[in-house]
Amino acid sequence: MEKGKGIMGSGRRWAVDFSDNSTAPSSRDIPDPPGFARASVDQDDSTVSRQKKDAESNWKAQKAWEVAQAPFKNLLMMGFMMWMAGNTVHLFSIGITFSALWQPISALQGVGKVFEPYKDNKVDLLGPKLLFIALNLGGLALGVWKLNTLGLLPIHASDWVSSLPPAQEVEYSGGGIPL
Amino acid sequence: MAIRSFFLFILFFSSSLSPVFSLYEDQVGLMDWHQQYIGKVKQAVFSSQRAGRKRVVVSTEENVIASLDLRHGEIFWRHLLGADDVIDGIDIGLGKYVITLSSGGSILRSWNLPDGQMVWESSLQGPKHSKSFLLVPTNLKFDKDNVLVVFSNGRLHAISCIDGEVLWKKDFEAESFEVQQVILPPGSDLIHVVGFAAFSQFEMYQINAKNGELLKHESASFSSGFLGQVSLVSTETVVALDSTGSILLTISFQDGKISSQQTPISNLVEDSLGPAVIIPSSVSGIFAIKTDAVTIFIRVIGKGNLEVVEKTTHEIAVSDALSISEDQQAFALIQHASSEIHLTVKLAHDWDGNLLKESVKMDRQRGLVHKVFINNYIRTDRSYGFRVLIVMEDHSLLLLQQGEIVWSREDGLASIIDVTTSELPVERDGVSVAKVEHNLFEWLKGHMLKLKGTLMLASPEDMAAIQSMRLKSSEKSKMTRDHNGFRKLLIVLTRAGKLFALHTGDGRIVWSYLLRSLHKSEACQSPIGLNLYQWQVPHHHAMDENPSVLVVSRCGPSSDTSGVLSFVDTYTGKELSSLSLDHAVVQVIPLPYTDSTEQRLHLLIDADKHAHLYPKTSGALSIFKREFSNIYWYSVEDQNGIIKGHALKCKCTGEVADEFCFDTRDLWSVVFPSESEKTIATVTRKLNEVVHTQAKVVADEDVMYKYISRNLLFVATVAPKGSGEIGSVTPEESWLVAYLIDTVTGRILHRVTHHGSQGPVHAVFSENWVVYHYFNLRAHRYEMSVIEIYDQSRADNKDVWKLVLGKHNLTSPISLFSRPEVITKSQSYFFTHSLKAIAVTSTAKGITSKQLLLGTIGDQVLALDKRFLDPRRTVNPTQAEKEEGIIPLTDSLPIIPQSYVTHALRVEGLRGIITVPAKLESTTLVFAHGVDLFFTQLAPSRTYDSLTEDFSYALLLITIVALVAAIFVTWRLSERKELQEKWR
Repeated sequence: MEKGKGIMGSGRRWAVDFSDNSTAPSSRDIPDPPGFARASVDQDDSTVSRQKKDAESNWKAQKAWEVAQAPFKNLLMMGFMMWMAGNTVHLFSIGITFSALWQPISALQGVGKVFEPYKDNKVDLLGPKLLFIALNLGGLALGVWKLNTLGLLPIHASDWVSSLPPAQEVEYSGGGIPL
Repeated sequence: MAIRSFFLFILFFSSSLSPVFSLYEDQVGLMDWHQQYIGKVKQAVFSSQRAGRKRVVVSTEENVIASLDLRHGEIFWRHLLGADDVIDGIDIGLGKYVITLSSGGSILRSWNLPDGQMVWESSLQGPKHSKSFLLVPTNLKFDKDNVLVVFSNGRLHAISCIDGEVLWKKDFEAESFEVQQVILPPGSDLIHVVGFAAFSQFEMYQINAKNGELLKHESASFSSGFLGQVSLVSTETVVALDSTGSILLTISFQDGKISSQQTPISNLVEDSLGPAVIIPSSVSGIFAIKTDAVTIFIRVIGKGNLEVVEKTTHEIAVSDALSISEDQQAFALIQHASSEIHLTVKLAHDWDGNLLKESVKMDRQRGLVHKVFINNYIRTDRSYGFRVLIVMEDHSLLLLQQGEIVWSREDGLASIIDVTTSELPVERDGVSVAKVEHNLFEWLKGHMLKLKGTLMLASPEDMAAIQSMRLKSSEKSKMTRDHNGFRKLLIVLTRAGKLFALHTGDGRIVWSYLLRSLHKSEACQSPIGLNLYQWQVPHHHAMDENPSVLVVSRCGPSSDTSGVLSFVDTYTGKELSSLSLDHAVVQVIPLPYTDSTEQRLHLLIDADKHAHLYPKTSGALSIFKREFSNIYWYSVEDQNGIIKGHALKCKCTGEVADEFCFDTRDLWSVVFPSESEKTIATVTRKLNEVVHTQAKVVADEDVMYKYISRNLLFVATVAPKGSGEIGSVTPEESWLVAYLIDTVTGRILHRVTHHGSQGPVHAVFSENWVVYHYFNLRAHRYEMSVIEIYDQSRADNKDVWKLVLGKHNLTSPISLFSRPEVITKSQSYFFTHSLKAIAVTSTAKGITSKQLLLGTIGDQVLALDKRFLDPRRTVNPTQAEKEEGIIPLTDSLPIIPQSYVTHALRVEGLRGIITVPAKLESTTLVFAHGVDLFFTQLAPSRTYDSLTEDFSYALLLITIVALVAAIFVTWRLSERKELQEKWR
């Protein structure tokens, strides 16, 4: 560091100017080498970075849509599993159904987190998010439908009266055959 | 909700997986117990067999003939004759046959003494009804055949002892002749038949025992007539009382000549005693008369001279004579003296000398000695020893020998009138009576044995030891309340007027109490116990009070004699108080209200239809006043075929000014036409039955609402012609009508006629259904029918949102005066057995499915799922109905051999089945009683709420320990690995 300082301090012995003068062709006296097309690199820094960013955001958007569509596969698989599980209540079908219910719910809870990597102020995540939510809700609906086909959904009157105690009677009567 | 539906799942599973409920062989006796009794002994005959075990043959009032081990009192063999086959006499013939005369002297049977097999039976007919006598002479022979002499139905028979063939018979057809004694002196072949005719005539017939020829007939007239029985004082002399009960007639008929002598009782005893009765005895030369307070023993000297030998005011019992040698007869006398009884054995001709005098301490709860039977044995020093068998007031049987009670049998338990239950005390410091394993070594040994059993290393002896350990587990017989409510006290009232508390764990008697109020007294001549009620069941407040039961009894057989109430503490077995009522007790109505000390309010109806409220406290009265207008009562007059409903009116007017007494008025009456219907059975729901829900979910999530009412009465009537025995009428003349009657309003909710059917009807009512059993004359088979009642007016409550938000009126109190719309469903099935009793299981919350308990004619208890008696059964149930558990309809109900609750045992003389809910919802306690007692636990849907008895706790424990160890080890391993990762 000491050494460098000395050099820096004792003035410049040589220097290379890295500044690109190409942007000011008028001031340039050296012609471009043959085969070099200025136009192709004739872009400033900002455009390059913007292009890069555009590409990235495109990629992000693409990815986001992919992620958003992911539950669809899941949905199909779930549907297949449910079909396999059948309509009788036993351990397997209950497990499938509850996982079918739980997966969409947990996915919905983590919507923000799933799309976190693709967050960008240029990328419109609303569409993918909505699709994601819709698909998950679809999964949930599938789960609920399965629950219903298993007969575990309390939507009938019978589900609400099954533990209704008998009504009290006002009058009381006793007796019988004389002792 | 979720928990409940989960619970229902398990229920569904457990019921669908295992329709058969049975025991493994090694589970017998774990939860059940069985006790054998014989009833109150009427007559006992000692077997004089020289070889083999000493035994005594007894006949009892429960119509049991039994052979008992004289050493321990155990039953060798036992036969229960039918209810109408009352035993008149027993004896032992030829030393190896037990001869019994029964059914009013019309059936004579012979049983093999060692094993109780029947040898022969003969039926004896006769011209008219009479007293019956059975004589087994030792040396009367007829063609080398030993002969029995039987007098029954006005005819004298001589019967061969070997095959029961009638050798000769002689009729006594004189219209008014009433036989009193049949005398056959030993060594003679002349039979004397003595009796009364036409009120004042004394008749004597002399008959040749060889051929039944009438040798002589003498009669003598006594203008004053006769009273009661005669007592035989010698083979040719009898003593009788005249019709005023104040003059003794000594009648002798020596050599066929009747001579008599009259002795006024006042000549013998100075002070007047009032009318006396003769106590029949067979001791020669001595007889006894008894007045209200005094018993007098009188000796006959020579020809008709009487002499008082003893006069006693103590309660006294005399045995029959026992001949100990050629000319010597001994008899036993038992006298009471406070807490002791004095036994004296005397010789018949020597009153003043005692062969034996002993005092035995006697439990006061056994009451008085009712009967004495004497037997002798030869001691090692060749002198005579005596043992006596005594029957006590509480029907127990005891053997006394050498001043000690050798054994005792609680045979009062063979005649149970009523049963109720009581909780045991809560376990507290100082209350617990649990036995701790006294010895560490014993404890270790027990566990080693168990381990051996689990590892299948145990030898047969070890297995037996394990089994006996399981059976004797102190856990089930503790004297404190348990979590599951399996341990309770069964309080039973017996016909002898004694209360017993039996422990449900092992059936032992915790306490017994001979009700003082059921003793004979001036005011109460022949008290009889009627019923038991739970008087006080403390649970919420008043926890410190002991529970108590109410015993209702009455001073005589007719319904208008005054009643007696006794209150007995069920923990201590002490009588808390006793009330002699000034009114009769015709009905007892336990009300569904309790006062501040948890005493249940009871309404007692007297013969004049006044209602009396008990307990007589102001608190009870204020509760009663609040509910006054809602209390009704009904009476079933089965003689007239009328059912009447009554309401309470106002305070009693007239002679009894009592604020606890209320007048009643008639509200309604249902009159059955007497020419076509006769009431034979009524049944209601049990007062303490708990119903879980009013809705019944049927296939496709549909709902039916049960019509659940405490005030429903099932009545069965039959055609008057068809009220006799089965088969006495043709199917066209016989019908059975079943009614469901609302007892508040008198409304007939349902009526159904079964043509060609006949009683007897056994019925059980539970929740919204009734099941009844009767005979179908057309099909020649027994049938069972079920009626279920549903409330149609509630059926349109189907809006889910209203139900979710609770905006419905399904649980609001209803009045029976609002018009119900009910529909009934019913179905009938054939059933193989005839029944003695029917009951239904009851559980704590009423969630568990129900089983019917059928007491079959073979004295067993059969459990039958209620699902078999479901009126919605069809021949081809749909898929949804199958899922609901509906069984395809068959014409008869199946009898699954494994579902006999009593497994291999029999409850002889089964009379009743009682079910009591345990605290554990799945389990119900069942008590069946008859001559025998049987108790067990039942789980109609299996024990879904507890682990089974054979669950391996050790395996569970080992698994848990292994898992914890595995977690610990893997945790340590992962720690180490993580550390290594970090170092890398």
